[in-house]
Amino acid sequence: MSNTILEINNLETHYGKIHALRGISFTVEAGQIVTLLGANGAGKSTTLRAISGLVRATSGTIVYRGEDITGKSAHDIVKTGLIHVPEGRKIFKGMTITENLELGSFTLDDDAERKRRMEHVFETFPILYERRSRDSSFLSGGEQQMLAIGRSMMTNPQLLLLDEPSMGLAPFLVQQIMKIVLQLNKEGVTILLVEQNAKVALKLADYGYVLETGKIVIQGDAGTLQQDESIVKAYLGE
Amino acid sequence: MANFSDTLGEWLRPQKNRMFILLVLAAIAMLIPLASSNYVLEVMTNVWFYVMLCLGLNIVVGYAGLLDLGYAAFFAVGAYTTGILTSHFGVNFWLTIPVAVCCSACAGLLIGGPTLRLRSDYLAIVTLGFGEIVRIVARNLEITGGASGLIGIERPSIFGFQLNQIVHFYYVFLLLAILACFVSYRLQHSRMGRAWQYVREDEDAAEAMGINRVAVKLYAYVIGAIFGGVAGCFFAVKMTAISPETFMFQQSVLILLGVVLGGMGKIPGVIIGAFALVLFPEVFRGLGSMRMLVFAIVMLIIMLYRPEGIWPAKKS
Repeated sequence: MSNTILEINNLETHYGKIHALRGISFTVEAGQIVTLLGANGAGKSTTLRAISGLVRATSGTIVYRGEDITGKSAHDIVKTGLIHVPEGRKIFKGMTITENLELGSFTLDDDAERKRRMEHVFETFPILYERRSRDSSFLSGGEQQMLAIGRSMMTNPQLLLLDEPSMGLAPFLVQQIMKIVLQLNKEGVTILLVEQNAKVALKLADYGYVLETGKIVIQGDAGTLQQDESIVKAYLGE
Repeated sequence: MANFSDTLGEWLRPQKNRMFILLVLAAIAMLIPLASSNYVLEVMTNVWFYVMLCLGLNIVVGYAGLLDLGYAAFFAVGAYTTGILTSHFGVNFWLTIPVAVCCSACAGLLIGGPTLRLRSDYLAIVTLGFGEIVRIVARNLEITGGASGLIGIERPSIFGFQLNQIVHFYYVFLLLAILACFVSYRLQHSRMGRAWQYVREDEDAAEAMGINRVAVKLYAYVIGAIFGGVAGCFFAVKMTAISPETFMFQQSVLILLGVVLGGMGKIPGVIIGAFALVLFPEVFRGLGSMRMLVFAIVMLIIMLYRPEGIWPAKKS
């Protein structure tokens, strides 16, 4: 392969006695959008959590840009440009949008750079600029998702792990979020997208993997996966 | 009560009003000794002392969101460090303060390091155990004077002037309380303060944005321990005698109560909590042994009707 940014080999994790990931392997090519599909409880979120260091891998390796990052702590991984936007957005209620964005650049000391990045976020999401000094608990679901993505942009990501960005959003908002994901990708960010909404994800992605009870069962080009009716029905739902 | 404090909160929002109130309060606090009996001074000194302890615990509980049921242990470490160094080794009181700071910081590291990875309820139990261990160790060691503790701790002097009257200690503790407020305020609005806030709200999200949660919590623990340690140093020389019974579990609970009652994480709230803690039992001395019962009932009522504490929460 030409330019692999992330390589997962035989990754296994346990939550207590529960064997959440049973040895999965996959790769993400730099500059692509790769999607991880599957039903509830298939292990999609766990995979992302293991990659970003929030969950410890019990075996297997995670190689990011040629470096083995297995077992590194989450806050160190962030510094390498591998950023996780967790499920449920995890917006800090009671803080303003600006304060939430500042969290994204917490590890950054350069104020000018912070300002530059924040301007970029506000260019991408004009609505966040309008509401920048408002308490983020008054944001709608879509705006919260934008804020979560905006916050990750503050870290200057190379590889973005997005966990269910479409969750609980109205269809037109889903389209809007996906457009942003595409735009980020065009700006050079590699994206690993976890989705339950397979149709939306496959439309966007270059490549897809389907997870079932902690294992990868199918993989292929997004276009191929999309056309295979049986796959869509059996694993992805309608 | 709730309405009144909300209105008060509204009025206090502008910075100008706040500064004005602060100056008036500081002036009143400075002038109290001019027109008070020794009894009032004794009580008020105790108030400032608890303000410092509560603000210290507030860093751990209010800022970092960690439940600590053994805070009296740090206070004990400070008090015993000063007590032992001055009475056994004849060290000057002022020189014992940096030593006490180191000792209490180490105690904070010792208990925090291995336990801060635990979830908060387990942490509470470990800290409770730690508090009791410190007290029992103090009770059984020879150097700490065993069950009878240390007596005859020498009163400190500054530039040849000996602090030996209650009014001297009143000003010392007032100064300490003001210093504690200042440090708390600066910490709350620092980078570390924001990190505490993020970790308190959501550990995973904070970690995913590059904050080392264990280190950040450990900082809170160590800084809180230092507050307790320094308060302990001055407590030892004011009382001139310390015994293990001063540092019982009830002491830890009382300090925690002050923090929760006034409003966790809010400096004015914590100060009010400390006032309530000390003043209530004094005001209702007439009730005799019933007063602690009444105190408990009043606190239950406050917690039921205003669980966020007396001080109003920040609105936006």
